[in-house]
Amino acid sequence: MNPPLLQVEGLVKHYRLPRERLLASPPTVRALEGVSFELGAGRSLGVVGESGSGKSTLARLVMALEPPTAGSVRLDGLALHALPPAALRAARDRMQMVFQDPYGSLDPRRTVLHTVSEPLRVLHGAGPAEQRERAAEVLQAVGLGAEALAKYPHEFSGGQRQRIAIARALITRPKLIVADEPVSALDVSVQAQVLNLMQDLQQRFGLAFLFVSHDLAVVDLVSDEVIVLYQGRIVERGAPDTLFRQAAHPYTRALLRAVPRLQPGAPRGRVPAPPIEAATAGEGCAFLPRCRLAHERCARERPLLRLLTAPGRTAHAAACHAAEEVAAMPQNA
Amino acid sequence: MSALLDVTDLRVTLRTARGPADALRDVSFSMQRGDTVGLIGESGCGKSITALALMGLLPEAARVSGSIRFDGQELTALDEDALCRLRGSRIGMVFQEPMTALNPLHTIGRQIAEPLRLHRGLGAAAARAEALRLLQRVQLPQAGKRLDAYPHQMSGGQRQRVVIAIALACGPDLLIADEPTPALDVTIQREVLELIGELVAEEGMGLLLISHDLGVMAESVQRMLVMYGGMVVESGPTAEVFGRLAHPYTRGLFAARPQLGMPRGTRLATIPGRVPELADLPAGCPFAERCGHAVDDCRRALPAALPVGAQHLARCIRLEAVAASPA
Repeated sequence: MNPPLLQVEGLVKHYRLPRERLLASPPTVRALEGVSFELGAGRSLGVVGESGSGKSTLARLVMALEPPTAGSVRLDGLALHALPPAALRAARDRMQMVFQDPYGSLDPRRTVLHTVSEPLRVLHGAGPAEQRERAAEVLQAVGLGAEALAKYPHEFSGGQRQRIAIARALITRPKLIVADEPVSALDVSVQAQVLNLMQDLQQRFGLAFLFVSHDLAVVDLVSDEVIVLYQGRIVERGAPDTLFRQAAHPYTRALLRAVPRLQPGAPRGRVPAPPIEAATAGEGCAFLPRCRLAHERCARERPLLRLLTAPGRTAHAAACHAAEEVAAMPQNA
Repeated sequence: MSALLDVTDLRVTLRTARGPADALRDVSFSMQRGDTVGLIGESGCGKSITALALMGLLPEAARVSGSIRFDGQELTALDEDALCRLRGSRIGMVFQEPMTALNPLHTIGRQIAEPLRLHRGLGAAAARAEALRLLQRVQLPQAGKRLDAYPHQMSGGQRQRVVIAIALACGPDLLIADEPTPALDVTIQREVLELIGELVAEEGMGLLLISHDLGVMAESVQRMLVMYGGMVVESGPTAEVFGRLAHPYTRGLFAARPQLGMPRGTRLATIPGRVPELADLPAGCPFAERCGHAVDDCRRALPAALPVGAQHLARCIRLEAVAASPA
């Protein structure tokens, strides 16, 4: 059996901050604390969590934009972070990234042709004729005409810019696209257009998506499987149907309760605030200070991610001692 | 008693590189103390321009006609000094970006004290004490320690609480919140919105909340105005607007929003095309180009605001056809 397209194992990333005092050891931010998952070709994995949960760090490590403190990322069986620079560069055409801000991610002084064809030039040394042909091809795939090639980013709206950013990601014919909040900066009607486009492209080109978003409804729509990150750890994972309807971690429930609903006047419970200081590597559950269901065992023993259903590709798992009870609660509790 | 805010036929014309552009046309609404009103629409629809016009913060070249009466006083006639006395004292503002709304070089305490010293003439010690009370009022944890902190030492949610504290400093009658939560996580967003809701109810202020998020509107305001192309295309009590979705644009916004529980791969309904540039606004209905119900008459003249229910208006001449189509 072929290995899955993307295998992430035991990924840890600690950032050292500048020293606060001369003789004190520098503080460390534990952005990721051992994250493992797999993503098959042509499938979508949604990553949700608050800021500081490690979502964007995860995206950057998967793209090999920085080295992990520990753990590995394998793409098509290649351990990206162990590859020599030339081999890593060669592997980069299999993975591309789409960023949140279509205003910041396109160079305002370069034509669309230059920006979109840059990966080809840099990774394959393609000539001008090939660049133009392939760029026109991917622009057409994202619904823009070849006349866009000679234009500059300021001549496009936010939605069109995000299409251009997606075209740039497609031009190397990647197998994996890592999208970090790709629609958060867009207006609702434009967001819908881009989400539809991304799903069409996935079908057409068999792309796998690692889709990072704080918007649960968007993740629900595009993902085959979802992981919920809290302070650098996966606290729950599963198929979106299961995860969003029978959430087994109190944190997932808190996120769900916080989503604004379209029913005017619907009352809802308060979500406890995140702790003021990020939890240090204590013994107990990191979510304890915010948890309504915490009991004494939670302070003593960190709950490990454990399966709640039979093992399988999108088996439901949660890191909570009371996962079964939580999952059995009514949907909006 | 006169209304707290009474906007009548407000029109704002901006000077752009491509000639004069009507950023707002015929905007009318009014609110009392304690009312919560939402302005919703996508970028370029005129919601932020409305807020700027209310506060007298439009670019100098902008031409304003119509009337904005605040507590009986005509704001469009006031000079800059008089407006300065109103802003930050009787009209409080919460801006989009808590990072850029705060000065990175000044402590939190000093920034909250500024309106207190300026508008209420408090001395340094009294202003500091009041700043502490305000930080406690917005439920900032460890408020006492935070007075001497700088904005970069706080999280996005904490900074937004500070911005709210500044807006509340002089006990305003009207609070204008322009997209107070988009850069925040859902859990923090909920807290900030709940905080604003509580403060508005307790202080009896009016709240004008600007957002592009229908969900935020549904939960936070009694009445909403849907804006498109510089006009209010639908307005009414929130539950009525959501119940009827009278205007095709309101329908489009509603349908385009992904909702939890949609099956994987559902195609979202999109509104074809894009928001028109202000300089290119057509003579007729600004939404006609993107509307599935549009007929020739739509493009001839601006549709009038027609009643569709109790205090519920929509600017559309095809209301019956829209209502007959599935939402």
